[in-house]
Amino acid sequence: MNVRHGSLLVVAWVVANTLLPAAHAQVLPEDRLDVLYHSYEGDQITITGPSLLARKSIGSKLSVSANYYVDEITSASIDVRSYASPYTEQRNEYSLSADYLVGETILSTGFTSSDEQDFEAQTAFFGVSQEVFGGLTTVNLSYARGWDEIGQVTDPTFFREADRRLYRLGLSQVLTKNFLVTLDYEGITDEGFLNNSYRQVRFLDPNDARGYRFQPELYPETRTSGSLAIGGRYFIGAGPSAIYANARTYSDTWGIDAWNAELGYTYSLRSKWIFDLSARHYSQTAADFYSDLYPFENAQNFLGRDKEISTFTNTGVKLDVTYDFRVDMFRFLDRGTLNFSYNYIMFEYEDFRNIPEGGDPGEEPLFEFNADVIQVYLSFWF
Amino acid sequence: MRARILATLLTGTVLASGCSNIEPWVKPYERANLASEVMKLDRNPVSGSYMNHVHESREGARGASGSAGGGCGCN
Repeated sequence: MNVRHGSLLVVAWVVANTLLPAAHAQVLPEDRLDVLYHSYEGDQITITGPSLLARKSIGSKLSVSANYYVDEITSASIDVRSYASPYTEQRNEYSLSADYLVGETILSTGFTSSDEQDFEAQTAFFGVSQEVFGGLTTVNLSYARGWDEIGQVTDPTFFREADRRLYRLGLSQVLTKNFLVTLDYEGITDEGFLNNSYRQVRFLDPNDARGYRFQPELYPETRTSGSLAIGGRYFIGAGPSAIYANARTYSDTWGIDAWNAELGYTYSLRSKWIFDLSARHYSQTAADFYSDLYPFENAQNFLGRDKEISTFTNTGVKLDVTYDFRVDMFRFLDRGTLNFSYNYIMFEYEDFRNIPEGGDPGEEPLFEFNADVIQVYLSFWF
Repeated sequence: MRARILATLLTGTVLASGCSNIEPWVKPYERANLASEVMKLDRNPVSGSYMNHVHESREGARGASGSAGGGCGCN
C-alpha cells in the first residue's frame, strides 16, 4: 500500500513537471490574523478554547504561519457514564509552517505538536503546489509523518507508540469562467498502539448481576485507509452567490466503509455580508472486529466497542455569517471580518447501545445524541 | 515492481507531454467571477481546520477532507 501511495504521488509530480512550460505565476497566501473561539457541546462533553492563526510574508518569496489551538475538555461521555468517572483535561496544539515560492512552484513545510496529559503527537509535513494550464489547474502533493506517544493517567509506567504516514494528492480545476472543481485523494497508514488506552469492551457473563462485564479493547496494530473526495463550486450572478457540493468515499483495512456528502450555498450581500448555509450527511459501516456485546471474554483476536468504529450516520446543518469592515484605527491593517458559525449535528448509532439507559444486555435502546458547534472569530488582513 | 513503476512514469510523462501545449480555455480577463469572495475554496482556514477536527475526531473516516487548495488562477 505504501508503494501504491508513493507511486501515485510520483506519477502526479511527473505530470505536473512535464506541464511546466504552461505554468502560471503562483502567489503566496495572504497575510492575515485570525482569533477564534470554539465551543462543542454534545453527549455530555463540552470542548471549548481559542485558536490563533497568524500568517506573514517575509520578502516576496517566503510566507510563514503559526497556529496555537486549545481544547478545554469536560467529559461525561457515554463511555464515561457506562464504566468510568467524569474528567477534565486540556489539549494544546502548536503549529509552524512555511511556504516558499520557487519559480512557478510553492514548496511548503511545517511541524505540529500536540500535548495532553496522556497523549503527545508530533507531525511533520512537506508539500508541493504547482499551477499548470495557464493557472487553470493546481496540483498539490504532500507527505506527512506523525509520531504518537500514548500514556495513561492511572499508570505512569504505561507507554506505547504509534507511527503515521499520510500521502495526499489534490487537484483543483477551472472548468468554465463560473465553475471550479476539486479532486482529492489521501492514503494513510498507521502502525503501533492504535486503540484508546482506557476504553473497554463488554462481554456476556451470566455470573455477573448485570449479565455482562468489561475488558480492555484491543485493536490491530496496523491500519491503512484511502479516501477520495470530489467537490465543485458554481458561481451564480445574484448577490453574487455560489452553490457548492462535496462528496467523499472512504475505506480501510479494518473494514470501515464510509461516505459523506455536503451541499451548500454562499450569498454575498452588498459586499459587506456573506451568508453560507450548508447541509452534510455522513454514513459508515462498522469495523470487522467491532461488537457492542461479545458472547464471552476474549471472544476474538481484536476487540473494539468505540462508537466511532460502529455503524452510524450523522446529519448536520451549518450557518456561517461574515461581516466585512474597514479597519481605520490601525494603519497597518487593511480590513477585517467578524464571523459567526453555528453547526447542529445529529448522530444516530445502529449497533451501539445506550448502557446507562438500562435493559437486558444487548437490548438497551440504541444510542443517539445531538451536538452544537459554535465558532466566533475575527479575521484581519494586513 | 520497479519495472511497473518505471512503465507508469514513462506513460505519465508521454501523456503529459502531449498536453503541454493546451491553451487555457478561460482567459485571465474572464476570471472575475472565479475571483469573487463567494468562490473561494478555503475562505476561512482557521474555521475549516477546526471543522475537519470536529468531524475526524467523531467519525471513523479520515483524510481528503480539506479543500485541494490552489484556486482559480485569478491573481
